[in-house]
Amino acid sequence: MAVDNDTVKKIASLAKLRVESDKLEETKQEFNKILAWVEELGEVNTDNVEPLVSVNNEALTLRKDEVTLGHISKEVLANAPAEEFGYFVVPKVVE
Amino acid sequence: MTNLTDLTINESLIKLKNKEISPVELTKAYIEKMADNAKYNAYVTETTDMALRQAEESQKKYMNGTNRALEGIPLGIKDLFCTKGVRTTACSHIIDNFVPQYESTVTQNLLNSGALFLGKLNMDEFAMGGSNETSCFGTVVNPWSKDIKLVAGGSSGGSAAAVAAKMCAGATGTDTGGSIREPAAFCGVTGIKPTYGRCSRYGIMAFASSLDQAGPICKDVTDCALLLNSMAGYDEKDSTSSKIDVPDFNSFIGKDIKGIKVGIPQEYRPDGLNAEVGFYWDKAAEILKNAGAEIVNISLPHTKYALPTYYVIAPAEASSNLARYDGVRYCNRVDGNGLEELYINTRTAGFGKEVKRRILIGTYVLSAGYYDAYYLKAQKVRRLIKNDFDEAFKKCDIILTPTSPIEPFAIGDQKMLENPINMYLNDVFTVSVNLAGLPAMSLPIGLSKNGYPFGMQLIGKPFDEGTIFKTAYQLERGANFKRM
Repeated sequence: MAVDNDTVKKIASLAKLRVESDKLEETKQEFNKILAWVEELGEVNTDNVEPLVSVNNEALTLRKDEVTLGHISKEVLANAPAEEFGYFVVPKVVE
Repeated sequence: MTNLTDLTINESLIKLKNKEISPVELTKAYIEKMADNAKYNAYVTETTDMALRQAEESQKKYMNGTNRALEGIPLGIKDLFCTKGVRTTACSHIIDNFVPQYESTVTQNLLNSGALFLGKLNMDEFAMGGSNETSCFGTVVNPWSKDIKLVAGGSSGGSAAAVAAKMCAGATGTDTGGSIREPAAFCGVTGIKPTYGRCSRYGIMAFASSLDQAGPICKDVTDCALLLNSMAGYDEKDSTSSKIDVPDFNSFIGKDIKGIKVGIPQEYRPDGLNAEVGFYWDKAAEILKNAGAEIVNISLPHTKYALPTYYVIAPAEASSNLARYDGVRYCNRVDGNGLEELYINTRTAGFGKEVKRRILIGTYVLSAGYYDAYYLKAQKVRRLIKNDFDEAFKKCDIILTPTSPIEPFAIGDQKMLENPINMYLNDVFTVSVNLAGLPAMSLPIGLSKNGYPFGMQLIGKPFDEGTIFKTAYQLERGANFKRM
C-alpha cells in the first residue's frame, strides 16, 4: 500500500508534526520504502495466531487506591515552559 | 603501579576494601581520563563535583566498615535515565534543559549500592538509532578509530565509548532493539540486556515500552554481573517489572559449562555473511566446545521477519510514548496561533529527523484502516518469533550468534544515511531478542583485519542470565581479547 502526498500530510497532522512542502516528496518516498519493506510480513501465515502484546506472563498486582505521592505540584510544574497559580499555561482554547 | 582506570570494577573493589586505593583517588583518575578523552564526545553533562563529594562519603564508609556492594565505583549514566536535579535530555532538543525532580529506579538502586555518577552519556535521540548520529549533541567517536572517525554504535554509543576509553568504570545503557549490544560490540566492551522485566523501567524515558530494558555496559563479564546485581529487582513503580527472584549473578562467574548445549541458528548465517564475522563465530563455538560445551544446530525460521516486525511495533509504541512532548508540560515550547499550532510548532522544531520518521510510521500503522494490516499483523508475527525461541530452547541451553553483521563504519557513511533501512539492517542479529523478551549479552571476540572490534552474542532463556554469565565468562577467557 503506497501512500500519496495527501496521506503523508494527514499522518503528519495526526502526529502533530509539520512536513514542509519542499520535503513532502522526499518524506513520501522514504515512507513508501519502509512500508514496502515491512509488507514482507504479508508472506507469513498468521491464521489462528494470537497477537503477542506483552512477553510478561506475570499477573498484574492491584494496589490500594491511595495517594502515594501527593502535594508535589511545585515539582510537577518545575519544567513547565509556562506556569501560573499552580497551573500549566496554554493559549486560550475555549471561546 | 598500574593506572587506576585500567582496573575492572571487581579489581577496584578488592583494592578499595584492602585500602590500597581510595574512592577519591579512583574518581580523580577517571575524571582525568574524561578530560583527556573529551574528543570522543561521550559525555553530554558532567557531574564530577558531585562525584567527588560522593567519593569522600564512600571513603568514610570504607574507613568505618559500612561500605556497600559498589561503594565508591565511578559510573557513567546514559542520558535516558532520569537523575534527580541533573539535566536529562534523551539527547533531544525538545527537552534539552529538562531537570528531573525524581530519580529512576535503576540509578537509585546503583546509588543505594554506593556507586557514584561522573555524568550523563551521549546517545541517539530518544534511543532511536544505531550509530549515535541522531544525538542533538553530535556523534560519539569510537575510541578504536584510526585515521577515519568511526561510529561507536547506538543507541548507547556514549556508554560503550566511555567504558572503552576508561572514562568511567562502568555505565548504564538501555536496549530496545540492540542498543546495548551493538555499541558494546563496536567499542570492544561487554554489555548485557537482561530479560524483559528484570530491571524497572521507572524513570527511563520510554521509547517502546514492550521492548525497552536497562542493562550494564562494562569492561568485562564479571563487572556486568556486579552491576546487574544492583540494577535488577522488582519495583512496584513499574507494573512490568518481575517478581521473580534475582540470583547473585556473580555466583555464576567461573562455573564450568561442561555439557551445556550451545545452539547455532542456521538462519543467522546467510550466504552473504561477512567472512570475518563467520570466522569469529566458528572460533567462539570452538572455544566453548573446548570448555566442555556441546554445539547443536538449531532453527529460528522466522528470523527474516524480525526486523520488519520490529519496525512496525517499535515506531507504533514510540509514536504513542512521544505524544507527551507537546510544549505544555516539559521545557521547550514554540508558540503558535492557538494550542494546535503550538503543539505542531514545538514538535516540528524539537524532534530530529529520525525521531519524526518513526513517529510518522508509528502513527500510520496505528491509524484507522491500517491497524490490522500492519500493527496486528506484526504482533502475530512477534508471537511466531517468540515461539521459534521456545522451540529452539528445547534443544539447547543458550544460543551463540554474532552481535552485528559488520564492523564499525565511518561517521557519515553515505550508504547508511541515504536509506534508513540500511542502518536498520545492522540490528538483524539483535532485534529478535527484544521481541521475545530474552536476555542477551555481547562480548568482544577479536579484531577485524582493519583492527576494529567484533562482538559475539549469547542469548539465554527468560530469566536465565546465569547461564549467559557462566558461558560468557568461559568465552571471554578463551578469546583473551585485549582491551584498549
